[in-house]
Amino acid sequence: MKKFSLLLEKLLFTPSRNRKKSALKEYIANTPDPDRGYALAAITGDFKMKNITASFYHELIKEHVDYELFKMSYDYVGDLAETISLIWPNTSENNLYELSLRKFIELISKKSKPKQKEIIFDLMNKSDANERWSMIKLTTGGFRIGVSAKLVKLALAEYGNKSIEDIERIWHGLSYPYLDLFAWLENKSPKPKIKFSDMFHPMMLANPINEEKDFNNLKPSEFFAELKWDGIRVQLVLDNENKKIYSRTGDDISKSFPDILCNVNGNAVLDGELLVGNNFKALPFNSLQKRLNRKNPQKKIISEIPAFVRLYDIIFEDGKDLRDLPLSKRRQLLSDWLKLNPSNRLDISEIIEFKDWNELRQIKIETTEKFNQEGLMIKSKNSLYLSGRPRGHWFKWKKNPLFLDTILMYAQRGHGKRSSYYSDFTFGVWNNNNIVPIGKAYFGFTDEELKKLDDWVRKNTIKRFGPVREVHKELVLEIAFDSINESKRHKSGIALRFPRIHRIRWDKPVKETDYLKDIKKLFNFEF
Amino acid sequence: MPVENAIITHGHADHARAGHQNVLATQNTIDIMKIRYGHKCANSFQSLEYHKPLKINDLTITFFPAGHILGSAQILIENTHNRLLITGDYKTSSDSSCQSFELVECDQLITEATFGLPVFQHPKPENEIKKIINAFERSEKKTYIIGAYALGKSQRVIKLLRDIGYNDTIFLHGSQVKICDYYASQGIDLGKLEPVAHKKNKDFEGKIVIAPPSALKDKWSRRFSEPVICYASGWMSIKQRAKQSLVEIPLIISDHCDWNELTATIKKCKTKTVWVTHGREDALVYWCKKEDINAKPLYVQGREEEQ
Repeated sequence: MKKFSLLLEKLLFTPSRNRKKSALKEYIANTPDPDRGYALAAITGDFKMKNITASFYHELIKEHVDYELFKMSYDYVGDLAETISLIWPNTSENNLYELSLRKFIELISKKSKPKQKEIIFDLMNKSDANERWSMIKLTTGGFRIGVSAKLVKLALAEYGNKSIEDIERIWHGLSYPYLDLFAWLENKSPKPKIKFSDMFHPMMLANPINEEKDFNNLKPSEFFAELKWDGIRVQLVLDNENKKIYSRTGDDISKSFPDILCNVNGNAVLDGELLVGNNFKALPFNSLQKRLNRKNPQKKIISEIPAFVRLYDIIFEDGKDLRDLPLSKRRQLLSDWLKLNPSNRLDISEIIEFKDWNELRQIKIETTEKFNQEGLMIKSKNSLYLSGRPRGHWFKWKKNPLFLDTILMYAQRGHGKRSSYYSDFTFGVWNNNNIVPIGKAYFGFTDEELKKLDDWVRKNTIKRFGPVREVHKELVLEIAFDSINESKRHKSGIALRFPRIHRIRWDKPVKETDYLKDIKKLFNFEF
Repeated sequence: MPVENAIITHGHADHARAGHQNVLATQNTIDIMKIRYGHKCANSFQSLEYHKPLKINDLTITFFPAGHILGSAQILIENTHNRLLITGDYKTSSDSSCQSFELVECDQLITEATFGLPVFQHPKPENEIKKIINAFERSEKKTYIIGAYALGKSQRVIKLLRDIGYNDTIFLHGSQVKICDYYASQGIDLGKLEPVAHKKNKDFEGKIVIAPPSALKDKWSRRFSEPVICYASGWMSIKQRAKQSLVEIPLIISDHCDWNELTATIKKCKTKTVWVTHGREDALVYWCKKEDINAKPLYVQGREEEQ
C-alpha cells in the first residue's frame, strides 16, 4: 500500500503528462504481479470493491470520530477520502506496516460488512494519511489524480514496446490483474487472444470541425456526411444467442434495452445511435432519458417509448475484424449485413453526398433549423476504424448554440481539483415575480472566472444547505445551450441540453433577464 | 486600521501594520517592523521583554513566547479578578528558529484557529523537509524552489534543512535577504546563504532556492531551467488544494497550531471562556462547548477571509 500510495501522490502532483507516464512505467517495472495489475485497474477505474461505498465510510467514521466535526471538515475539504484520511487520529502505530495490494484485497474480499469495517479500522490505524487516502480510493474508486485510462495504456505500450492500437483493441477483453498482458509486454508469451464477442471494442470518435482551417485543407469528394442524431452512441455485439449493448464508454447497458436485443440477430459488431420512437421516427433526447438507467423496464414504458438503433458502421462480421477496411467498404458490408439480418429495431443512417462545403453548409442550415437536428457528421470515405479520437478522419459540425440570460441562484462546491471552489451553478429565470431554477452548469468559464465566481458566491451567500449555498439573486449568467425541451421533472417545465456558462454578465441588472413565459413562447411550448 | 496605542503580537503583515501612534511589542517585533515598514512606521516604540510585567493603570501586561516566529508573543492582560490571554498566532511544536511557546494559565482565552478543523494534523516537519532531500538524490539537474513566506517560514525551512545536515549554499529571492540577515544577527545560524541575483542558470542546478509564494507563479521563476516547485505551508496537507497551486512537492510545514495543539492548549491553560478568531471558528467553538467550556467566535476588525 505504501508503494501504491507514493505512486498516487506522485501522479497527482506531477503536472507533466510525460512525467506521469514515466512514473507509471517505473512503477510497472518495479512492482511484482499481481500488485501492478491491481494498481493500474484501480487507476483506470476498472477495479473497485462493489460493496464498499461512500456510505460504508460514513458509517465507519461515525463510529470513531465526532460526526459534526467530520461534517464541518468534509464541507471544507470537499473530498470524502481526503477528509477521512486526514481526520483519522494519528497514533504511534502509524506507518509501521507494509501491505501488498494483493494481501489487502484478499483480506477484505468476501467478508461480512462488520468484519470489513473491523479490518479497515485496524488498517487505518496502521497507516499514515497518504496510505489511508489510497486505501479509501482503492476501495471506492474515483481517484481524480489527472491520469486517464489512455495514459495508462500509453505507459503500458511504451513499457512493452508495443503499438497503442494493439493494446486498445484487446484492452476491454482483459481483466485485472492482467497477468497475460504483462507476460506479452515482457515478451514471455504471445498477445492475449480474445474472442470478438467477449468484449467492448473502443469506438472511433469525431473531432469538432474548424470551419476556416479544415474546409481549406480537406477535399469534399473524399468525404460524405450523415445527420448527427441526438441519442446515445452504442455498440451492438451480436454473437448469435450472446448479445450485448454497450455505451460509448463500454458500460454494458443491455438490461435497459431488452426490446432491442430480442429483436436483433446475427454475428457482428455494429456501431450506431440508440434512439427512441415508433417506426424509426426519433423523439427528442428527453424522451430517451426516460429509458436510460432503468434496468429491466416494464412492458408499458417499452411499448410507449420503444428504442431502436440507427446504424453507422460495422466493425466485425462472422468473427472477422473489419476495422482495417475503408469506411466506404464497411458501409457496403453494413447494408449487405442488414439485408441478411433484417430487424424492426435497426435501420441505417442515411449517407449525404455533397459537391462542396458550401452545399454542405446549406444542408446543415436546413437540417438544424427546420428539423431541429443536432448537426452533421463528416467522415472520410477512406477512414479505417481507429480507436479514440484520431485527427483528420471524422468531424462533427454542430449547430450554433442558443442563449438565455439567467440569474445565479445556488452554487455547490465541485470535486477533484475544484473541490475548494463553488463551481456547480444552478441558474433560474423570472416567473412572474419569482425566480425558478431551469438548469445547472459546471463549465464554460475560465479558471480566472471561476475564482471570481467563487469569491462572489462566498460574499453573497444568504443560506447554506450542506455543501450548497443560496446566493443573492443579483448575478446574471448568459447560458449557452444546444436545445430546449419540455420537462416534467423540473418545476419550470423546461430542460436545457448541454447548458454552459457563456458569459458572466457582471454588468447586467437582473431585472433585464429572460422571463419563463417568453422563453416558452420563443420555443413554441404550451403553457 | 491605525490606532493610538497598539500592542503587536508579531511582525506578519496581517498583525503588524504601519501608521499607529504608539507601539508596544517585543524588541524582535519592533526590529522586524522597522525593517519591513521603515523606521518611522510608528511615532513611538516601546519594547517589552518576555515575562516582564508592565503596569498600565490597574492592568498588568506580560508577554510570553508564542513559538510562531522570532519575537512572537502571547499577551497576558490581568487585573485582580481576571487573566485574559491573547495568543496571537502560535504553535506549541518545536522550532529552532524562534523562542519556544510557553503555556500560560488564564481565565479567558482568545485563540487563533487558522487550522481549526480536525483534518489538520501537521506531520513532523523533520520528515517533511526530507522530501526535498529525497527528491534531490534522484535528479541533480533540477532546481528546487521552495515557496515560503519571507518572515518566519523561510528561516524555519532553512533551519530545518540545516538541522538534518544540509550544508550546501541556499539561494534566496531578493525579498528574503533582509529578514534572513536579521535572524542571523539574532544568533539563529542559517548557514551559507546567497541572493539569486546576478547568477547563471547553471549555478542553481541541484540547488535549493527559497522564494516568496507569489514569486512561484511569476516571471521570476522562469529563469531556472528545470524548476521543481515546492511549497512549505500547513495548507499543503489538503492534496487537491496543493494541486491547485501547481505544487510538485508539497511540504506540510506550518507555523500555526494544528487541531490537536489547539485543543490541547485550551485544555491545559484551564480557561473558562474561549473566544475563537482568525480561521475556522465554528469547529473549535463546537468542540469547546462539548467540553463544557464557554466559547464564541470573535470576528476581528480589518480581517478578511484568506484563501
